[in-house]
Amino acid sequence: MDIIEVKNLTKKFGDLMAVDSVSFNVAKGEIFAFLGPNGAGKSTTIKMLTTLLKPSSGKILLDGFNPSTNPDQVRHSFGIVFQDPSLDDELTAFENMEFHGVLYGLAKKVRRERIEQLLSFVELWDRRKHLVKNFSGGMKRRLEIARGLLHQPKVLFLDEPTLGLDPQTRNHMWAYLQDLNKKEGTTIFFTTHYMEEADRNAQRIAIIDYGKIIVSGTSQELKSQTNTTSLEEAFLALTGKVIREEEVGAIDRLRQRRRLWSGRR
Amino acid sequence: MFKIIYIMWLRQLKRYMRSRSRIIGSLAQPLLFLVALGYGFGPVFQKAGEGNYINFLAPGIVGMTIIFTAVFSGIEIIWDRQFGFLKETLVAPVSRLNIMVGRTAGGATTATIQGIIVLFIAVAFGFRPTNWLLFPALFLVMFLTALLFTALGTMIASLLEDMQGFQLIMNFLVMPLFFLSGAIFPLQGLPNSVTTIARFDPLSYGVDSFRFLLTNVTHFGLAVDLIVLTAITLLFLALGSYLFSKIQI
Repeated sequence: MDIIEVKNLTKKFGDLMAVDSVSFNVAKGEIFAFLGPNGAGKSTTIKMLTTLLKPSSGKILLDGFNPSTNPDQVRHSFGIVFQDPSLDDELTAFENMEFHGVLYGLAKKVRRERIEQLLSFVELWDRRKHLVKNFSGGMKRRLEIARGLLHQPKVLFLDEPTLGLDPQTRNHMWAYLQDLNKKEGTTIFFTTHYMEEADRNAQRIAIIDYGKIIVSGTSQELKSQTNTTSLEEAFLALTGKVIREEEVGAIDRLRQRRRLWSGRR
Repeated sequence: MFKIIYIMWLRQLKRYMRSRSRIIGSLAQPLLFLVALGYGFGPVFQKAGEGNYINFLAPGIVGMTIIFTAVFSGIEIIWDRQFGFLKETLVAPVSRLNIMVGRTAGGATTATIQGIIVLFIAVAFGFRPTNWLLFPALFLVMFLTALLFTALGTMIASLLEDMQGFQLIMNFLVMPLFFLSGAIFPLQGLPNSVTTIARFDPLSYGVDSFRFLLTNVTHFGLAVDLIVLTAITLLFLALGSYLFSKIQI
């Protein structure tokens, strides 16, 4: 059964087609990598899947529910680790977890048990009373992952979760995610710029570019389709070698200014 | 539902208690106004036959503290948006209304505490309230006023994307609201245009009610103050939660 079904999903910002009629499915229990250059539409797609942004058109079903019409059911079904930190720096690690637990309606006893279990796992239990603002980047990431799992979601979204992490933390994290995926059957949907990370962990990969999905399949399929030996080469063969950064920055700024003045977002 | 409001409220309070430098920093401005205006204009005020200026000014400075702290804590949503924490609350399976109400109540509580601190500082500087027994009622009206302006801050913050607009809001909204509210001068005997503006300024009613409860002097009458404050607070809360519910990231 498919836990995520996306059909002809489109998002326009003014004249800009951020996501252009995208369709894909993710099976229950799958580890799915969503790849693409900067500004290709990855984050916009994730925002639409996670109820943060309304699609211009198209259909999404997450765990059988539509994020636009049944946001609360959808919100119970997923956990997310955002690209940029979303912790409260002025709260302690424990308070951040506690806050999340209350928001997701977990009873106190269950909440406390799981917080201890998850914080111990990410090796932050000893630091639970420390303010998050004194944490390193890696510690914050670990805390966010622990937090995203607190309400035992069916799907875990990870938007560039290993950005800026050292190999030790990265390996530790993926070992845990793989374990979680096997034991609990949690579906994992992640984006990354590290191709070897996608190659090693994802069962299936989709590549999006200029708002459109250009290919999807296993890492092996992508390589043989492009006659390449590594996923990185396959990725470059499919998306070209032009650097996108600047163009995206301009569009982002424009979008921001437009929103600031028109008061819409 | 109450759990959500409570945890949002608690978060605002914890953040407030932990930022001692901000608490002290935001007391500097009211203190300066109290000392400079209070002692500076005191003799002139006395000569004009209006009595003790510190006694007139203190409720106004309490109002000033409340409007600045309250609008700012509402606008803090922009920080949450930039530093990401807002997303954590927006993807949670709870109604946006509860998030907004809890946050606003938390911000209003901190603004009220801040106002109470300034009130006691004013007492140390020679302010004499006529009836200490009215303090509980006073604190309630202070909270109501704080709620109004936190909701206003939330409304504005829901429309802005980054802190660039912040100076604009402070200079073109909060400053005029404060200066034209009758906080630092009596509203009697002013040019018509100024009294008319003051009548449309919600802070006028807040300051007026503080003044009544502290020194038994009123311009509009307590009943009018309370009706206007309550009505505008409800309106701003409704508008604020509507705009907050429309936030997309």
